[in-house]
Amino acid sequence: MIGYAPYIVLIPFLGFLLNGLLGRKFRSETAVGAVGTAAVAIPFLIAVGILVEMLGLPADQRSVTVPVFQWIAAGSFSVDAAYQVDQLSIVMTLIVTGVGSLIHLYSIGYMHGDPGFWRFFTYLNLFIFAMLNLVLADNYLLMFLGWEGVGLCSYLLIGFWYDRKFEKGTTGDAAKKAFIVNRIGDFGFLLAMFLIVGTFGSLKYETVLSQAGLFERGSDIITWITLLMFVGATGKSAQIPLYVWLPDAMAGPTPVSALIHAATMVTAGIYMVARSSVLFALAPATMEVVAVIGLATAFFAGTIGIVQNDIKKVLAYSTVSQLGYMFLACGVGAFTAGLFHVMTHAFFKALLFLGSGAVIHAMHEEQDIQKMGGLKKYMPGTYKTFVVGALAIAGFPLLSGFFSKDEILWKSFADGAPWMWFVAAAAAGVTAFYMFRLVTLTFEGKERFDHHHVHPHEAPKTMLYPLIVLAVLSVIGGFIGVPHVLGGAVGVHNYFEEFLAPVFAPANAALNLPYHDDTALELGLMAVSVAVGLAGIWFGRYVYLTKPSIAADAAARFGGLHRLLWNKYFVDEAYDAAVVEPVRKTSERFLWKVVDVRIIDDALNGTARIVEMTANILRRIQTGVVQSYAVVFIAGILFVLGYLIGR
Amino acid sequence: MQNILTYTLFSPLLGIAVLLFIGRAKQTLIKSVGIGASLLTFALSLLLYASFDAGTAAMQMTERAVWIAGLDISYIVGVDGLSVLLILLTAFLTPIALIASWSSITDRLKEYVSFMLLLEVGMLGVFMAGDLFLFYVFWEAMLIPMYFIIGIWGGKERIYAAVKFFLYTMAGSLLMLIAILWLGYYASTLPGGQFTTDLAKLSAVAPGIPLTLQSWMFAAFALSFAIKVPLFPLHTWLPDAHVQAPTAGSVILAGVLLKMGTYGLLRFCLPLFPQASFAFTPLMSVLAVVGIVYGALVAMVQTDVKKLVAYSSVSHLGFVVLGIFSMTEEGIQGAVLQMINHGLSTGALFLLVGMIYDRRHTREISQFGGLAKVMPVFSTMFLIVTLSSIGLPGLNGFVGEFLILLGSFNSMFLGTPVYAAVAATGVIFSAVYMLWMVQRVFFGAVTHDENRSLTDLTKREIGLLLPVLLFIVWIGVAPSAFLKPSAAATKQIVTQMHQAKTGTAVPAGTTAQ
Repeated sequence: MIGYAPYIVLIPFLGFLLNGLLGRKFRSETAVGAVGTAAVAIPFLIAVGILVEMLGLPADQRSVTVPVFQWIAAGSFSVDAAYQVDQLSIVMTLIVTGVGSLIHLYSIGYMHGDPGFWRFFTYLNLFIFAMLNLVLADNYLLMFLGWEGVGLCSYLLIGFWYDRKFEKGTTGDAAKKAFIVNRIGDFGFLLAMFLIVGTFGSLKYETVLSQAGLFERGSDIITWITLLMFVGATGKSAQIPLYVWLPDAMAGPTPVSALIHAATMVTAGIYMVARSSVLFALAPATMEVVAVIGLATAFFAGTIGIVQNDIKKVLAYSTVSQLGYMFLACGVGAFTAGLFHVMTHAFFKALLFLGSGAVIHAMHEEQDIQKMGGLKKYMPGTYKTFVVGALAIAGFPLLSGFFSKDEILWKSFADGAPWMWFVAAAAAGVTAFYMFRLVTLTFEGKERFDHHHVHPHEAPKTMLYPLIVLAVLSVIGGFIGVPHVLGGAVGVHNYFEEFLAPVFAPANAALNLPYHDDTALELGLMAVSVAVGLAGIWFGRYVYLTKPSIAADAAARFGGLHRLLWNKYFVDEAYDAAVVEPVRKTSERFLWKVVDVRIIDDALNGTARIVEMTANILRRIQTGVVQSYAVVFIAGILFVLGYLIGR
Repeated sequence: MQNILTYTLFSPLLGIAVLLFIGRAKQTLIKSVGIGASLLTFALSLLLYASFDAGTAAMQMTERAVWIAGLDISYIVGVDGLSVLLILLTAFLTPIALIASWSSITDRLKEYVSFMLLLEVGMLGVFMAGDLFLFYVFWEAMLIPMYFIIGIWGGKERIYAAVKFFLYTMAGSLLMLIAILWLGYYASTLPGGQFTTDLAKLSAVAPGIPLTLQSWMFAAFALSFAIKVPLFPLHTWLPDAHVQAPTAGSVILAGVLLKMGTYGLLRFCLPLFPQASFAFTPLMSVLAVVGIVYGALVAMVQTDVKKLVAYSSVSHLGFVVLGIFSMTEEGIQGAVLQMINHGLSTGALFLLVGMIYDRRHTREISQFGGLAKVMPVFSTMFLIVTLSSIGLPGLNGFVGEFLILLGSFNSMFLGTPVYAAVAATGVIFSAVYMLWMVQRVFFGAVTHDENRSLTDLTKREIGLLLPVLLFIVWIGVAPSAFLKPSAAATKQIVTQMHQAKTGTAVPAGTTAQ
């Protein structure tokens, strides 16, 4: 079964070709949707088959490389198109194809009637193809192909409704911004790859990672490599300072936000760090940076989420914030916990986004939660699943988000620093608060929409079923990774950690973190964070349901702070003023109109003028009078003769 | 096949000969003859490629005939891994350029087709010549038809552009002629030597020229090539020439002519003047890197699509020059591939710009907007070529760019990764200028009424672009077939440079660090 891995990648590509070339001619949404969904569901089934086979193998035989062909070779450099199936890549593959299938199914309902229906599925399948290359590649270059490929699909899908307005510009602005900001990150990734080739002579994981041990912990070169990689990760996974594209990416259709901008693509940076864990483990300085950036992003983005009124914007900032948690985990060396959160987050955030899509659909494209309210009466299925998702992300005990987030909090305390735990726990409280602000304003309280024009309705079945499946996963998904402190007593293992252990063994050996066996402390901190989460939930409901006046009062009293949050700390404006505009103006007003036109061309035309003037003078010699030529001629002969004689 | 090179080289003349007997009113026939002749050349070039042996670095299929006996100036043609793909590219793009002119050129058609075919001879000759004097003749010969193509069939300011193009290029090539003659003379001063312009003979003696003299020689050659590339700050003829040239002229200019500069650097400057090449490496690399960033930034703020593409060439060719002066196998092979890639993607971009110009008679970005809705096929193709141009992995541009950057990052000749690091910002900027343009032209709502009734691409236009797109994808996915031909020849140059630098051979299979 493992040998079939290339088909996992190939089948979505075939789906892309089929729908891309013939989709318009199908003239049938069912056909297009079926092709598109099958092209993801079949790879999911293959991946499940591989997982089953893998579980039957001893742990040291679970990593298999399947070469396909030699891709690029020049000089001593060579890289293959080859896929590495191991515990890490199969987990990612299952997430991508599993959640991906559900979102494809959902899209059949969501995109119904859109003239670009076939185009949508074409792009989605291309995305899955690129994403699977990213996670299954056996080397950094093929990962980079996937990395840029998902960026392209993100670009195409953010700008899917290319003729629509979005905020101050068009969806095209948002799409372009996403691609370019990602390219800034990719620049770092590229440099990291050059350094890797220079250091290890190859881009193949196996070759690179197996030689990592030759380097000392803290060596400069490894620090540079990992830092540059992390620059790439901040782009793709929307971390400070390159997170600015993700909130704008909400210009795309909602299933895209769920699949690409929440569940899968944006976790690529965490995957990259996890895949290179042994390198990061050897670079303590980088680890520190990763942890601090992750933590800062988790908190910072969360605070913005508190005041936003666009349902998708809130979820977008929440995604940025949750990704921050995952990096925090990696930064303190808890790679498994980071990966675990990738998985649970994929469930509940996809659920929340798809739920918001159902709401937007029902509200006739309205996204402002201030103009909603009371929707639970009209769409009970969506409401219930949405609440499950919100509880999961808020860390409600025993739901999936609880296990994964608490694992990260504990590790940040034990292997990071107490202050890290404190900030992370505070951010968790913020998360719970804004999520339940969102739930309350959307589904409960007074109906604030115009009943004459808007008639909310429950989502169709193709949309509702994926919600239910994701809700179930959001509830039970965490039980495969129950922390030892909870499961140990009743004999429940942390299966997730045990499964991934061989992948992170070299990194853990390099980190050599002390073993913490402080059950009381761990349970105590857990209790505190649960309390914080519950308080956030309660407060969110209290402020926006029980006593709505509080919110208005607070916004008025802390006007400055509110404006700051509402305007997202003015980061976009600052980037514009500090980078975008100066570069554009310098290019136009100085480089082009001065250097090119004034300096270079004028110099050239000046030379031409000098030549012309000289020629004008010399021209007078050419009088056309034969006699004067003869005089000069004879003078010349005399001169030469005189010279020869007098020598 | 005997004399395949000569047949390929002069086969376009066959078309001209036939044209002599055709009345100028028979436009369709004239076009068909031109296209037929260039297709014949393409077929011959494929035949040539079929008998090409990628395993050796030596010149192959060499033919020689005495030309000026007393001076040992000969007609020598040959191919090796550095030139074979460029020959194919030339033979591939010429028929495409001719077909692209099918309906846009009606005035003085016979002359136009003749000039295009003549141009092809000149270009092929440049890539095949194994004698410096012969090379010079082709180099100059190709200038004349291009001058007329811009000057007669160009836009409003065509005369200014044509003269600028001509003077710029002439200024450089005169110095090159002097250098060639001096080289020949130098050979004759050696014990038992004789005046010669035979490249093979000169390659053996030129590296021994003392550094100061070598530097003058290098400078004379390099100036001529740098103008052609064009390397910053010698690039200002390019935007004018492109904007004024007819579509086919731009395709050939960007697709092939610019490559002659980088080809010349690689073919002559490095092997003939290795010591001077080392001395000039910092200068050339700085100019290359400045060109990459500068070209991109200036491209970004252009208002005319064609001018934007023209400036993007300055940026792209900067990569090629950097790759050449990295003097690593990765860098040079990347550079050779990137010459082909740039020919394909920029050629395609000019074709596409020409297609929209034929419909709207403007290239101002602000005159467009929302074309994706009106012309979906055109938009899709434009986007694919754009992605190739900005180096998206999986398409051709990435492979070349990556190898160039990889080679120059770890090059011992450049000595520092800084060049490559700065050059790599081009990856960001190319996305900025191309995608910004794409957004303004294709996305958003249709704002100009003239654009509402635009017709999408015709079958002929699609047929013209598809072969180019095929190669764009092919090279991106499976570049081996396009990298292998240049491997042996590149290895030889790199080995030679190593020997010149250290006095010893580099052991096989080690990366330059």
